[in-house]
Amino acid sequence: MEIVKLATAGTMESSDAYVEIEPAASLDIQLESVVQEQFGDEICRVVREVLEEGGVSGANVRVVDRGALECVIRARVETAILRGKGDA
Amino acid sequence: MRRSMLFLPGNNPNMLINGNCLGSDAIIFDLEDAVSPAEKDAARILVRNTMRYMDFRGCEIIVRINSIDTAYWQKDIDEIMPYKPGLVLLPKTGSAADALEADRYMTEVEQKLGLPQNTVGLMPLIETAMGVENAFAIASSTKRVKALFLGAEDLTADLQCKRTKEGREIEYARTRLVVAARAAGVDVYDTPFTDVNDDEGIVTDAQLAKALGFTGKASISPRHVEVINAVFSPTQKEVDYAYEVMDAIELAKSQGKGAIALHGKMIDAPIVTRAQQTIAMAQALGMERGV
Repeated sequence: MEIVKLATAGTMESSDAYVEIEPAASLDIQLESVVQEQFGDEICRVVREVLEEGGVSGANVRVVDRGALECVIRARVETAILRGKGDA
Repeated sequence: MRRSMLFLPGNNPNMLINGNCLGSDAIIFDLEDAVSPAEKDAARILVRNTMRYMDFRGCEIIVRINSIDTAYWQKDIDEIMPYKPGLVLLPKTGSAADALEADRYMTEVEQKLGLPQNTVGLMPLIETAMGVENAFAIASSTKRVKALFLGAEDLTADLQCKRTKEGREIEYARTRLVVAARAAGVDVYDTPFTDVNDDEGIVTDAQLAKALGFTGKASISPRHVEVINAVFSPTQKEVDYAYEVMDAIELAKSQGKGAIALHGKMIDAPIVTRAQQTIAMAQALGMERGV
């Protein structure tokens, strides 16, 4: 099931990530991160992986990373997907 | 060993990921009161991921799920059970039936996961008048119950009295829970002291809990952990005395004596049991016998 509505998850607090997801025909990931230069590619890879696991092939995804660990980014993206699908 | 247990809000990554750096023997990931209804889904996933990916070696993980009268508790169990927390803290446990309901579902999930039954223990949170009255029945309801936990904030609301630092309003509940838990052969943990800025109050409160027979005490602030650990650890004097007791017992056995005195006091079975408990805890803490 694809994303059917705009949804958000997470916060802008330190060690967290804020994720917005909305329906789209293809996949587009926008990342803002305090460690963009060093880890931007890796964070986008993780986001893409969680989207694939969630069966999402089309969505605009905006991630604002506040120094979150990978497990936190994964959790916030997964939550946004659930909410965007209307499953939460 | 659980001298201290520190509550951490389940939807706060900054606190969750640093949980094992705060000195407590156990940390409680809270999916209940610390999480608003709108964030229950997010917290459940975050706690699950934290347990899945983080290494909390040396610090036991406990999860406070939502109570069985909500739509959340089974989802909470579904997410956390694969990562085998030490205990599930079940809020508002009012009867043996509540504990058995949680036990039944946890058994079902363990079977689905291929885990042995009772891999994850249950710690009923007693925070209602009904729970206090049913404490022994709850503690002895199933082998999965490993401890009782007193929650004084909700309890005093249910009792329609004011929660005070002195805690006279929870004296009965405290002693009742200790007796019920010990009668059932399980541990028992005291409610947090909620004034995080009262450095003297936490000492007095922890000492009272220790004196009443509690196994350990919970905290909502990292500031209280060190005090709680100190209060619930044996002193060097207690450790040395425990070794003296065991030496005296060995001597009595070798001399074929049935009873023996140490420093003018008869050493009987309860004193030996206490000495063994003290030595076991000292060894767990790396304390050695003094000279």
